[in-house]
Amino acid sequence: MSKISLNSTKVEKIKEICASFGNKQGEIINILHKVQGTFGYLPKEVQEVISEEIRMPVAQIYGIVSFYSFFSMKPKGKYPISVCLGTACYVRDSEKILNEFKRQLGVGIGELTPDGKFSLDCLRCVGACGLAPVALVGDKVYGKLTIDKVKDILDEYQD
Amino acid sequence: MENMINLTIDDIKVQVPKGTTILKAAKSIGIDIPTLCHYELKGQGVENRPGSCRVCMVEVEGKGNLAAACATNVSEGMVVKTHTLRVIMARRTVVDLMLSDHPADCLVCPQSGKCELQKLAVDLGLREVTYSGEKSVYKVDVSPAIIRDVNKCVMCRRCETVCNSLQTVGALSAINRGFPAVVGTAFEQKLSDSTCVMCGQCVQACPVGALSEVDNTRQVMRAISDPKKTVIVQTAPAVRVAIGEEFGMEPGSRVTGKMVTALRMLGFDYVFDTDFAADLTIMEEGTEMLQRLDKYLKGDKDVRLPIMTSCCPGWVNFFETYYPDMLDVPSTAKSPMQMFGAIAKTYWAEKLGIKREDLVVVSIMPCVAKKYECQREEFKTDGNPDVDYSLTTRELADMIKLLSINFADLKEEEFDRPLGESTGAAVIFGATGGVIEAATRTAYELFTKKELGKVDFAELRGLDGVREATVDFNGTPIHIGIAHGLGNARKLLDRVRNGETMFHAIEIMACPGGCVGGAGQPYHHGDFSKVEKRLNAIYEEDRNKPLRKSHENPYIKQLYEEFLGEPCGEKSHKLLHTHYFDKSAKVEEVDD
Repeated sequence: MSKISLNSTKVEKIKEICASFGNKQGEIINILHKVQGTFGYLPKEVQEVISEEIRMPVAQIYGIVSFYSFFSMKPKGKYPISVCLGTACYVRDSEKILNEFKRQLGVGIGELTPDGKFSLDCLRCVGACGLAPVALVGDKVYGKLTIDKVKDILDEYQD
Repeated sequence: MENMINLTIDDIKVQVPKGTTILKAAKSIGIDIPTLCHYELKGQGVENRPGSCRVCMVEVEGKGNLAAACATNVSEGMVVKTHTLRVIMARRTVVDLMLSDHPADCLVCPQSGKCELQKLAVDLGLREVTYSGEKSVYKVDVSPAIIRDVNKCVMCRRCETVCNSLQTVGALSAINRGFPAVVGTAFEQKLSDSTCVMCGQCVQACPVGALSEVDNTRQVMRAISDPKKTVIVQTAPAVRVAIGEEFGMEPGSRVTGKMVTALRMLGFDYVFDTDFAADLTIMEEGTEMLQRLDKYLKGDKDVRLPIMTSCCPGWVNFFETYYPDMLDVPSTAKSPMQMFGAIAKTYWAEKLGIKREDLVVVSIMPCVAKKYECQREEFKTDGNPDVDYSLTTRELADMIKLLSINFADLKEEEFDRPLGESTGAAVIFGATGGVIEAATRTAYELFTKKELGKVDFAELRGLDGVREATVDFNGTPIHIGIAHGLGNARKLLDRVRNGETMFHAIEIMACPGGCVGGAGQPYHHGDFSKVEKRLNAIYEEDRNKPLRKSHENPYIKQLYEEFLGEPCGEKSHKLLHTHYFDKSAKVEEVDD
């Protein structure tokens, strides 16, 4: 079996989160949400620690992480971008918006820019169909997008 | 009778307890409904019925949709039709769809002839695969014991259920979603990098060729045909009560003599018995047990009790992975298979003047994990293993079939001496509770210096997952625990770890029923009554042996006189004992 390691501050944080949910297996989804919220993603080592804490086989945890598209095993950028490909956005050409993001950032879906600043994902409907096509940067919603607006959005995050 | 439900299945009225499924209600009146994902080890508390394959669909009057018989409970006044045209056409469609994403290599698949999907396709008269579309593509994963070809997975999830519910190992889980969904390991790592203990119960459970054992028959055939090599074989006790099934014989048929004949016909130079080494194991393990017991009774607080058996390689892998804090609790005695190899390649080879590198030791085991055990580094001398190849009962049957031997009509021959002589105590190693019973027979006499009146210990037998008994050693009560199936082992072990119960000795077997229910045995396809019949045959074999206590085996006595000296002596320690390793998957914490 392969041995893996993780720094102790992170381990402590994960233990704390698991404990806040009573180390219960039934809370696994909530635990994963909270841990991903803290670290941005759920790498192997993190899943192994959760497995130890709540005594649930890591294969089952990976089963959950790989089932739900919300969970990610890849790191997200400082500013995670999500382009909606739900029906309403799609018929309003959101795919072209997505392609423009890909072109300008030089990354594909699920990937991270080399400087770690942006990551690009797509999702299905954020419930803002009236604003279609829609994209999110972090929690901020950008509606009625056109290809020309993509550069303006990226320019907002120049720090 | 308010807890009974009345219903009609195929015009037959039937009454069954509330909570019964349509599948079981039908079975109770002799109506078989075909299944694929359903898998139950009756009496062992394990049932896989995700209702995912939809093969067992039946028509329920008044319901629009067909119901999955394995996952639908009966209700009062229900009218069920199990084989209408609509039902049969639906089953055909379901199997047709499964085949559309299944490799069409049945003729060369390791499961060919034993495959449950193949049988369904035959029974349903499928003559073409109507659907075509995307096919799943996965890399084949080969561990030291198990081959996982996920391309053939039908998502029945039987392996996941036995791995998690029966064995509590949790190496397998359903992963991913939609079309790519499959049963796999964490992070899709190789099985050998996962927490898998190689017990192989997933192989026993798999209805198709997605999980199978590593095939070593070709290497063995090659060794046999090499004139420079002396090839000897040892057979485990559970093989002789099961291999007949591969040739159409009744489960529980005792075919020891026929098996010996077949092995000679295959070309093995000497046909020996692992049972010889099982007697030897009892001498070593029994002595170790008495030494620890003696210290304990004299008030030594540091002595580690209970002593636990260590014959089962799946169990050894399990405690190395999950109980690294208890590595000094199990007996240090090697398994009978490894003891046999160690003695064959020293004592016996020297006697016959055969060089170690010219001697090939093959074992026939009811087991998949033995393939891994014989590859362990600590069981090698200068890179040469004590046991070269370990074949399953099924692989031996395959070799016999290869030579077109008519097994059922073979005459009966006897094992070669000296490594083929054994007692009844060794035979019962193949049944849950058998090792500890064999140890008790010998330990009792060595401890009390009295002859045992009755050699049968009914209190140690049976098929309950966890059993406890107290045996009176002439005034000293010895508390014994027994578990079979690793989930049951975990229950027992946690009690020991928490100091809840004081046991003097514990026997653990990884497979349900012990080795008779081993992963390398003929597929029982979830019919656990076959395992029970093999178990009964083991005790019958024991009853028919003239000697039934390990320390009475004359060739064991000779071995100690000529070679080993005394049990647990210096030479024994070197050759017959081992040590264990921490294989836990704990995440290492490092500084920031």
